[in-house]
Amino acid sequence: MQKAYLCLIFSFFYLPIAVMAAFSFNESKSRTVFTGFTFKWYVDLFHNQRILDALWLSLGLAVVAATIATIVGTMAAIGINAMRKTPRAIINNISYLPVVNPEIITGVSLMLLFVVGKQGLTNLNGWFSQMGWGIRVPEEIFGLPTLVIAHVTFCLPYVIFNVSPKLRQMDIRLYEAALDLGCNPRQAFFKVVLPEITPAVLSAFLISLTYSIDDFIISYFSSGNMQTLPISIYSMTRRKVSPEVYALSTVMFLVILSIILITNAADSRQYKKEQRGDKA
Amino acid sequence: MMKNKSMAYPYLIWMVIFIAAPLLIVVYFAFTTADGSFTLSNITGIAPYTAVFARSLMLAAVATIICLVMAYPVSYFLSRMRASKQHIMLMLVMLPMWMNFLLRTYAWMTLLEKNGIINKILGFFGIAPLQMINTSGAVVLGMVYNYLPYMILPLYTAMVKIDDSLIEAAQDLGAGTWRTLTKVLIPMSMPGIATGITMVFVPSVSTFIISRMLGGGGNMLIGDLIELQFLGNSLNYNVGSAMSLLLMVVVLLCMSLTNTMGDEDVEGVI
Repeated sequence: MQKAYLCLIFSFFYLPIAVMAAFSFNESKSRTVFTGFTFKWYVDLFHNQRILDALWLSLGLAVVAATIATIVGTMAAIGINAMRKTPRAIINNISYLPVVNPEIITGVSLMLLFVVGKQGLTNLNGWFSQMGWGIRVPEEIFGLPTLVIAHVTFCLPYVIFNVSPKLRQMDIRLYEAALDLGCNPRQAFFKVVLPEITPAVLSAFLISLTYSIDDFIISYFSSGNMQTLPISIYSMTRRKVSPEVYALSTVMFLVILSIILITNAADSRQYKKEQRGDKA
Repeated sequence: MMKNKSMAYPYLIWMVIFIAAPLLIVVYFAFTTADGSFTLSNITGIAPYTAVFARSLMLAAVATIICLVMAYPVSYFLSRMRASKQHIMLMLVMLPMWMNFLLRTYAWMTLLEKNGIINKILGFFGIAPLQMINTSGAVVLGMVYNYLPYMILPLYTAMVKIDDSLIEAAQDLGAGTWRTLTKVLIPMSMPGIATGITMVFVPSVSTFIISRMLGGGGNMLIGDLIELQFLGNSLNYNVGSAMSLLLMVVVLLCMSLTNTMGDEDVEGVI
């Protein structure tokens, strides 16, 4: 009974993915009859310049956004940790907004800010030329700049909420001891505090990476004409029949599956090693 | 360095400009006309779309209830398994979540089509093809499929904390399955239920992709309306902001509701 129910739920989860995978090898574009085995959709996929460009953009954007968010967010966590209760509560509550707000709200609110900002830059240029100055600031901000800003913005809260608990757990006396023993604050931070919070910082970085790569809704409103991977997937799904999408989702599923298996294997090896260490 | 508040300053500047200001701009746009004078017409202009708002709330509520009913046994079974098995099962629950939701939704587009696989199989048994895609049922299905893991995970987290002996005690004292469920399990897993409800309801009520891909033109939701005002052919930032504001209010109401639900019971348990 219990097993049957779990089987049912897991087939609900995985059958659609399995069907897509099966039809990614289908010779014809038919989505009901399997006419023959082929790899041609995969070949097409890896020759589809638009998808490849989008993939590189997404990966690059994710690395840049996650790096900025991790650095600024970790610093923020440290600074917030040093604050008194009231300002800390206010900042935490505002930081929660992008987490609890529906993504579409975060998306359109950032888009409005960028629209207003763009108007501001246009006015500024108008003013510059009125004054007879030869300076011009770039006006077309929609695209890479807005994407980076948007992604950093929605990653930041996750970084802060990941690093903060670790900081609170940490024994502040370790840091003070380092100071007493002659470290300057900078040394004490890099030699004592940072190693202590590194796991949390790393996991914050990884979470930011995955959120950034996966995000569609917020990017959709702030990308201008740029196409991140999810946006180009979206434009592909607007066409009725496109076996390349099946191929792409199969590839992505396999990539995710292997990442999870590898990290899992590493984890359990680490775990076993620690246990052996305990016995010895 | 550790006691230095100024470390947070870059973030604070970022927060004010890119988190607080955008939301204030939404409020400003919602209450002004295109030339910047105060008006309430954006808000009152939503009235013709009441049906769309009602539909969004309805479909999201139905999807949330279905998720809760489907997920509850899953989480319970998972929480009673051996630790190593729990780990694998949790992975299996989370794995589809890592796939982009556009691809997950696209899968159902194919399955539900008029001459898609499901209708083909039904035809095998002599059942006439059903109209499945472009119905509100398909939209609910899409929501359930996409957000079911968001219900399973918090429920599971709440239920691993429930000690086996409590359930055994209830049964020893003569409670049947139903009474154990309503008097012990459900009250003790209330925080998980509350979190699960928000985590499914909020994205469901604000989606515009699922309704567009699976619902056709006849199942517009709030999300679709908003998207049309900002990027579609309606293009009116002021009306769009008013709608966004209303959606925010709906979401906040829902969250304060589930929050009190969770809180009371945590206190009750302690």
